[in-house]
Amino acid sequence: MLLSIIAGGILIAVTDERVQAAAGYFFSRPLDTLNAIGQSVGGAYSALFQGAIYNFRRPGFAAGIRPLTETLTFATPLIAAGLGVALAFRVGLFNIGGRGQMLLAAAAAGWVGFSLDLPPVVHLLFAVLVGIVFGGLWGGLAGLLKARTGAHEVITTIMLNYIAYYLVSFLLRTPVLQAPGSNNPKTPAMKPNATYPDLFGPGYNLHAGFLFAIVATIIVWYLLNRSNLGFQFRAVGENPNAARVAGINVKSVYVWAMVISGGLVGLAGTAQALGTIKTGFGSGIDAGIGFDAITVALLGRSRPWGVFAAGLLFGAFKAGGFSMQAAEGVPVDIVLVVQSLIVLFIAAPPLVRTIFRLPTPGSRAPRRREAVAK
Amino acid sequence: MNVLYGLYQADEGAILLDGVEQHFAGPGDAMRAGIGMVHQHFMLIPVFTVAENVMLGHEETKAGGRLDIGAARARVREISDRFGFSVDPDALVEDLPVGVQQRVEIIKALSRDAKVLVFDEPTAVLTPQETDELIAIMRQLKEAGTSIVFITHKLREVRAVADRVTVIRLGKVVGEADPRSTNAELAAMMVGRAVDLTVDKGPANPGGPALVVQGVSVLDPGGQKVVNNVSFEVRRGEILAIAGVQGNGQTELTEALLGLQPRVTGQITLDGKPLVGLPVRKVLDAGVGFIPEDRTEDGLVAEFTIAENLMLDRSTGAPFVKAGTLQLNYLQEFAEQKRVEFDIRTQTVQTHVGRLSGGNQQKVVLARELSRDLRLFVAAQPTRGLDVGSIEFVHTRIVESRDAGIPVIVVSTELDEVVALADRIAVMYRGAIVGIVPGDTPRDVLGLMMAGEKPEEVAA
Repeated sequence: MLLSIIAGGILIAVTDERVQAAAGYFFSRPLDTLNAIGQSVGGAYSALFQGAIYNFRRPGFAAGIRPLTETLTFATPLIAAGLGVALAFRVGLFNIGGRGQMLLAAAAAGWVGFSLDLPPVVHLLFAVLVGIVFGGLWGGLAGLLKARTGAHEVITTIMLNYIAYYLVSFLLRTPVLQAPGSNNPKTPAMKPNATYPDLFGPGYNLHAGFLFAIVATIIVWYLLNRSNLGFQFRAVGENPNAARVAGINVKSVYVWAMVISGGLVGLAGTAQALGTIKTGFGSGIDAGIGFDAITVALLGRSRPWGVFAAGLLFGAFKAGGFSMQAAEGVPVDIVLVVQSLIVLFIAAPPLVRTIFRLPTPGSRAPRRREAVAK
Repeated sequence: MNVLYGLYQADEGAILLDGVEQHFAGPGDAMRAGIGMVHQHFMLIPVFTVAENVMLGHEETKAGGRLDIGAARARVREISDRFGFSVDPDALVEDLPVGVQQRVEIIKALSRDAKVLVFDEPTAVLTPQETDELIAIMRQLKEAGTSIVFITHKLREVRAVADRVTVIRLGKVVGEADPRSTNAELAAMMVGRAVDLTVDKGPANPGGPALVVQGVSVLDPGGQKVVNNVSFEVRRGEILAIAGVQGNGQTELTEALLGLQPRVTGQITLDGKPLVGLPVRKVLDAGVGFIPEDRTEDGLVAEFTIAENLMLDRSTGAPFVKAGTLQLNYLQEFAEQKRVEFDIRTQTVQTHVGRLSGGNQQKVVLARELSRDLRLFVAAQPTRGLDVGSIEFVHTRIVESRDAGIPVIVVSTELDEVVALADRIAVMYRGAIVGIVPGDTPRDVLGLMMAGEKPEEVAA
């Protein structure tokens, strides 16, 4: 983490124009350069902090805490989708169909959200449920294809992404999803009953979807660590052969894992469509979250609470990245590079160990293989 | 053999070729020194042509880095004609039958002027006719001055082609033999009689037949019959050993009993209930306990704890699961109890199974299977790779199950184990049962049967 902040700092400094200007006369006045570097790096990181957690430049707690609520808002879909990807990882499946699952879930939940008229609470819950079901169906389709035909889930989920994207794009130009009287491929605004209520009033973007993300984390934790279904999931993920010999139906585990995984990603889709963007959405509603979720899952080591923390971290990056860019003029690409460096260093412990020549912790005996010596 | 070909490095010892010590850092070195290898699983690229495969790794190029495919083609044709292989250099490897693919491997080795050719189980994938053709080719190569190392566990082939025989068992040279030795002598050397195992075992007290297997055949994914019309029965309270040299259909037969093989014909009934076609779950529920041949691959989840592995085959209901929730306290108690009962040497039952020794791993499998109410117990290679102490423990448990009135099947390639445990012995050869004989049948008779001779012929 520290290492990545340093590496990121160097990049920020090198790309800062003031530092570049000062470096031009480095040998006559070296302190100027160092000063400029300090200002640039320090400013960038404090902007990140201010944008993501607490803005002490604003008067009063209510305004100062606003960035933190932004972070949580960004984190909500990342956590939900990250849980979905992580669950699939634990079963030995690579769900990169997050985009398609989210789009379809958002479209279905959105349709319920703007076209039906239901009482409060019921409307929201029904819309969320529909979103989860559609995400689950789309994920389960990939699981079914793998179980029935052996088609690799990486390929099928990628293809299902395209199908979902163009399907939703098409529907956005038909009366099914398009707002009446509009030429934009965009849905009408959600009915108020169908949206996630704001948690701290209209001044903040944070909505009740975050609570759903917390509940989802608890459920996934229970599922994986305490339920027999999760036990079978993990057994199949670690050793499908032994699972099969022990009477576990590996194929149905693949299908159910993808259904649940897709359902969680679908929840992320509803957080976008019914929470973050209430005024109607286009085909960019997934905002790349389906792919960021893979990173979040890896960063969280596929553990539910790890994913939760990783989702918060990523949410902070997203929220803070904007202010980093706005306040200090750090190019947005550099913000992304810093984020990626942090992920790289956290997610790849062997790399860090190699850099510092650390011994491998708890080096375990290699798996015995009954090779017949010849 | 992979050491010889440079894929692995030897820890000690030396390889001499024509009296010169060789050091192979990789297959390239071995090839340059004149060693060629024909692997059991072909090292060919299916979408390349024969000529492309043959030149792979030592491509010749014309000016500008253009591949000289013509030269490779000519080389293939030349070698193919010299030995009468009739291989088309422009055919795609994936379109060729297995036997011809193997010839491509041979051409590949010969095109690099191999003086020594290593054949690793070359006949495992061949039909009998293809095997005969391969043997003819090997003879021809020998006449042309090539040295051949032929690795096989099939006795007929050894006798057909070898000039000298070295028997290796569990990584050690057991001895040299004359190829004119009888099948029985070779079989005895292969299965060994080094350790004299004795199991404290009273006479069997068999009841009525429990498992009835009738006319069972198993097809492998390639459509070959790996188990051919096998019939036998196992009575309550007896141990039936299935003996044979590795690879004669025992693995597939036990998998068929468990419902792990997709293409099974014939009838298998346990206490009158048919088992063929049932999913594994239902077979286990019918009371079948199973120790798989490869415990790390099929028996255990290495990343799971001992406790979790103990409930692996009962993850759907009582006693470990209630209302979809794992009963962790009960599991912990249960695991502690089994740890003591089965003498699993570990600090805690939360240790990952992958960290245990082979003997302790096998005790975990044994503890899991024997803690269910069994109506049939199938143990495949139950002591492979174990230390003597663990072997004794496993054997004692197997005999105890028998004495508790459970019908037991022990599949073993170790003659000692078979003789020590069995009340009756079924010998398998090439997918069929050669004969079923009493447990006190002399070893040399068993050895002959393992080589495919009928017991009546042996007796005569």
